Amino acid sequence: MASHWSLWVIVLTTITLIALVWVLFGNRKREGGLNEKTTGHNYDGIEEYDNPLPAWWFYMFVITIVWGVAYLVIYPGMGNFKGVIGWTQIEQYEREVARAEEGYRAMRDRYLALPVAEIARDPSVRKMGMRMFGNNCAQCHGGDARGSYGFPDLTDDDWIYGGTPEAIKTSITDGRRAAMPAWGDVIGEDSVQSVTQYVLSLNGRQVDAASAEAGATVFAQYCATCHGATGEGNKLFGAPNLTNGIWLYGGTAEQISHSIRAGRNGVMPAHNEMLGEDKIHLLAAYVYGLGK
Amino acid sequence: MSELNAALEHPVYNYRVVRQFAVMTVVWGIVGMLVGVLIAAQLAWPQLGFDLPWLQYGRLRPLHTNAVIFAFGGCALFATSYYIVQRTCQVRLLSDKLAAVTFWGWQLVILSAAITLPLGITTSKEYAELEWPIDLLITFVWVVYAIVFFGTILKRKTPHIYVANWFLGAFIIAVALLHVINSLEMPVTLTKSYSVYAGTVDAMVQWWYGHNAVGFFLTAGFLGMMYYFVPKQAGRPVYSYRLSIVHFWALVAVYIWAGPHHLHYTALPDWAQSLGMVMSLILLAPSWGGMINGMMTLSGAWDKLRTDPILRFLVVSLSFYGMSTFEGPMMSIKTVNALSHYTDWTIGHVHSGALGWVAMISIGSLYHLIPILFGKQQMYSLSLINTHFWMSTIGTVLYIASMWVNGIMQGLMWRAYNQDGTLTYSFAEAVEASFPGYVVRLIGGAIFFSGMLVMAYNVYMTTRPEKDTQDSPALAATA
Repeated sequence: MASHWSLWVIVLTTITLIALVWVLFGNRKREGGLNEKTTGHNYDGIEEYDNPLPAWWFYMFVITIVWGVAYLVIYPGMGNFKGVIGWTQIEQYEREVARAEEGYRAMRDRYLALPVAEIARDPSVRKMGMRMFGNNCAQCHGGDARGSYGFPDLTDDDWIYGGTPEAIKTSITDGRRAAMPAWGDVIGEDSVQSVTQYVLSLNGRQVDAASAEAGATVFAQYCATCHGATGEGNKLFGAPNLTNGIWLYGGTAEQISHSIRAGRNGVMPAHNEMLGEDKIHLLAAYVYGLGK
Repeated sequence: MSELNAALEHPVYNYRVVRQFAVMTVVWGIVGMLVGVLIAAQLAWPQLGFDLPWLQYGRLRPLHTNAVIFAFGGCALFATSYYIVQRTCQVRLLSDKLAAVTFWGWQLVILSAAITLPLGITTSKEYAELEWPIDLLITFVWVVYAIVFFGTILKRKTPHIYVANWFLGAFIIAVALLHVINSLEMPVTLTKSYSVYAGTVDAMVQWWYGHNAVGFFLTAGFLGMMYYFVPKQAGRPVYSYRLSIVHFWALVAVYIWAGPHHLHYTALPDWAQSLGMVMSLILLAPSWGGMINGMMTLSGAWDKLRTDPILRFLVVSLSFYGMSTFEGPMMSIKTVNALSHYTDWTIGHVHSGALGWVAMISIGSLYHLIPILFGKQQMYSLSLINTHFWMSTIGTVLYIASMWVNGIMQGLMWRAYNQDGTLTYSFAEAVEASFPGYVVRLIGGAIFFSGMLVMAYNVYMTTRPEKDTQDSPALAATA
């Protein structure tokens, strides 16, 4: 803060506190009993006694002012003056976090040294993982990790980006960005419908055979690049498997054509900054253990 | 209605505008509290939003706060301030036309709020959600209000200015400043603007406004109400003139500093947080000065509490005022705030002030005022006032007790952690544990709201024009 602003804060605070003391002591009256005389004013029949300030109230006021001045000497408050003990909230925060990190480091390092697959069944890892999941992941994936519309189920064995410990750790650490382009303008509405029929046929659903056959050609030309010639997807760039009856954005003909026509964008945020390697290791072990 | 107004007109004072605002206080109280009951129910059962955008909690919550603070509380303050300033200055209002402008202007503000907020038109600044065209209308009405009020004081026939008018004057000046400075914004379209402030400065200006809306609108204004209706209803002199001087100046000087306690442990610089906390604690004595002066005014007249339910409303409101102005400074202490902040404790604290103090002092004052304004001896039914009193008290107690329990429980659950360093509870678990408290709060709120319906019936029966004017001296006198 510029020094003139600092001075402004100090002067204004000091004037306010002095004015309070002046008003308080200036209106003090020790002599005289209660309800003896009024001020002589009369407003619409209302009169006012000239009673002294209640002593307990007076002293309470004085104590709070004295306490306030003492606080402003000890702690920051008077502009740029740091206070005699040099306390800051950021320093307190960093100290408390460092102390906690110190306390848990040994335990977390022990787990970090072990492979995810090995600790995935450890009861205390599962407990820690479940709590971290509840506060960091459940908002989207649900408290039971079964996901919801647009958010993958983590308890089945279908992994869009791969279910190996490494793939799960990468998903949590760096996040994922899925982009299914909008094909409506490119292939036209007829093809959107025929590809939908074809995709449904891959799942053994009742379809219009002629339309599905036409869709197969379009699929091979536009969709197979990502989803593969057989439609089983590609975990490298998160193109979902279209043959196993698991649908992130719904599996009705209408929902599937909408995905083809308008595209989809899925985002899993990166958690590296928020959680750090040791906690992500534990969380990955928990998620890895969910489906098995 | 115009015939009725003509029949009821006071020879000296403008009672018409007081009567209009008094009736609308009851109406807006019912509307605002009904919305409150609905959103309380939504917190327990979220499906009560019915998937309709204009019924969602996020849109109705600002409608509730605006309706109870500015519509119910605002109309109560307009009504009582116009009444008090005339009676204690012994002159008619400066201008009947300008007073009418404030009445219709303020109703237009309320109506605009009731339409725009459910439509999702909002600045997103708490208690200042209304968009810029409405902000301009508020400013206009408020300036006219100030002209009427201070103009009336200038032409007073009494040598001094009564203490109630000090508080009402401070309320009018401070609210003008707060509203204009916090609402400075850049219009983009008719329904969208951006604040001229950004980041931490925006947060600080917002809470300077927010806390002083509490300090000057909901405290100073209603203390003005208290200073007239308590001594009047008790028939006793005010306890101490000196105390009113000290606590008035201390209150207006210190309240304006207290805003930063809403931003403890945030990006707000340490020095600002410290000053906010220190001034909040020093505020305890100035706040209690008003409670003491009101309570001690009753010394020698305590027996009246047994027979006078109106006085009971006024005294219990002072008790809730004392309680919440003790709680406030305590919650502003950083270590307490670390537990209470962002929990339902804050909601409980606000409502011990809003229901216990603001609403109950207004209700008590209206029960005193309405028979006078409508030329009756007293309210239609004293026992219904008594019923209303108990409904209000029980409703308030249920509300704040459930929010204390919820708030402290949430604070403790959020900060609990295990030996392995993980949090013991997920956020959703704390929400689940809050459910019983939400239901109790809903019951408390519904009881308080139902009390307002009892009041509306009582007011209707008191004010309805009678064919037989025998028991209505004012009407008989002018007939």
